[in-house]
Amino acid sequence: MTLTDPAPALGTGAGQVTDRRSARAFVDTHVVPYADAYDRVGRVPEELIERVAEAGLWAPFLPPGSGGAGMDMVTLGEVHEEVGRGCSSLRSLLTVHTMVAWTVQRWGTAAQRERWTPALGSGDVLGAFCLSEPGAGSDTSAITTTAVESGGGWVLNGVKKWTTGGQRADLFLVFARTAASIGAFLVSRDAPGVRVKPIDDMLGTRASMLAEISFDDVVLGPDALLGPSGFTAGMVLTGTLDLGRYSVAAGSLGILQACLEASSAYAAHRRVGGSALRELPLIQAKLSDMVTDARAARLLLAEAGRLKDAGDSATLMATWIAKYFASTAAVRHAAEAVQIHGANGCSPDFPVARLYRDAKVMEIIEGSNEIQRITIAGQAEREKTTCP
Amino acid sequence: MSATAKDQILAFVRERYPQAEIDASQDIFALGFVNSLFAMELVMFVEKTFELTIPNEELRIDNFRTAESMASLVAKLSADLAAA
Repeated sequence: MTLTDPAPALGTGAGQVTDRRSARAFVDTHVVPYADAYDRVGRVPEELIERVAEAGLWAPFLPPGSGGAGMDMVTLGEVHEEVGRGCSSLRSLLTVHTMVAWTVQRWGTAAQRERWTPALGSGDVLGAFCLSEPGAGSDTSAITTTAVESGGGWVLNGVKKWTTGGQRADLFLVFARTAASIGAFLVSRDAPGVRVKPIDDMLGTRASMLAEISFDDVVLGPDALLGPSGFTAGMVLTGTLDLGRYSVAAGSLGILQACLEASSAYAAHRRVGGSALRELPLIQAKLSDMVTDARAARLLLAEAGRLKDAGDSATLMATWIAKYFASTAAVRHAAEAVQIHGANGCSPDFPVARLYRDAKVMEIIEGSNEIQRITIAGQAEREKTTCP
Repeated sequence: MSATAKDQILAFVRERYPQAEIDASQDIFALGFVNSLFAMELVMFVEKTFELTIPNEELRIDNFRTAESMASLVAKLSADLAAA
């Protein structure tokens, strides 16, 4: 087992990830060979974090003048799919960083954008998203972390749990209850009163460096509040989660594609009763369903991305649907990928055991599948009126 | 401009809640239709349809209570844009 990538460092401007093809090449070279090792040690190494930065992958959707490359959302989804194909833990870090960077760009004041987006774009500052608490997950209305106005600024108190990348992040986007509603706050890791406690040995995405973050009388300036207050404060959370959900949908599709590629390769070489495993009709049935669902998930994701690029509000529901479909398909096909591999699939010698564990996480994060189904059901009546 | 905007906004709200009878002067908050998801959809719809960006300071509840108030906001922001 090794975490060391022997490939030489990328030169400035060289090896930039600009599309699916370059993302696939990056992932095949720098991620796929090491993903199982990351999973076993429970962390993504600094060398990879730096390589991701060199490739311009942390926030390529930011404008060129703000540390990004102006990448469109359809392409971003394709890039996150490729990263998810290689390593869901790395994709998880990308997801939460994307959420923070996008939120600052979308809702930040000019001063907030100027202060944070260049460093978020370059990866010099890594972001993490702090919403869930010990007593509040998908039920965001139950959060108890508070931000109280004081001396022209804010005082933050509470505990956030399951914070992806929390062990490593430099900047936390914290959602807290204010007198008026739920507000979003930018909190530096080094602010007095911030404590980070690693969470290890999770079922899946084991290298995503989860943490519990405590905020004890953390004093924040007025510029820590991000976005509008009042009734629209909830939109910051809605928009942030929407993009996170889009990335998780892409990552789920990546898992599904990885299951397909691993199963196809295994079935081509593994022999049973004198013939290749892939000759067996029941194995063909599993592979055909993987191919079909991967294509369907990719179409749903591309549609959600196209609507995002167009600024169309229909992207919100399209993203719910893409994430629901892709995550459930990933779980279903990861189980079949293990089945195809037999005992080998239960061993550390093949990636499908990791894919199986990672897939289950996708049904829970960024809105559990139960919440997703309730939300999608609300579309039912509209669906009838909008169909041609 | 504002009459067209009002009709377009009202049509969007009615499409979202086809079971409800809503007119342009009714408070959609008082009717209980607005959650954070719909608020986001509304803002995105207004920004895309009328090709403008709603600044944070205009994201106030009174600007979004009715189709009429949203149309007034569109008219104001469009005028600001034209004057810029």
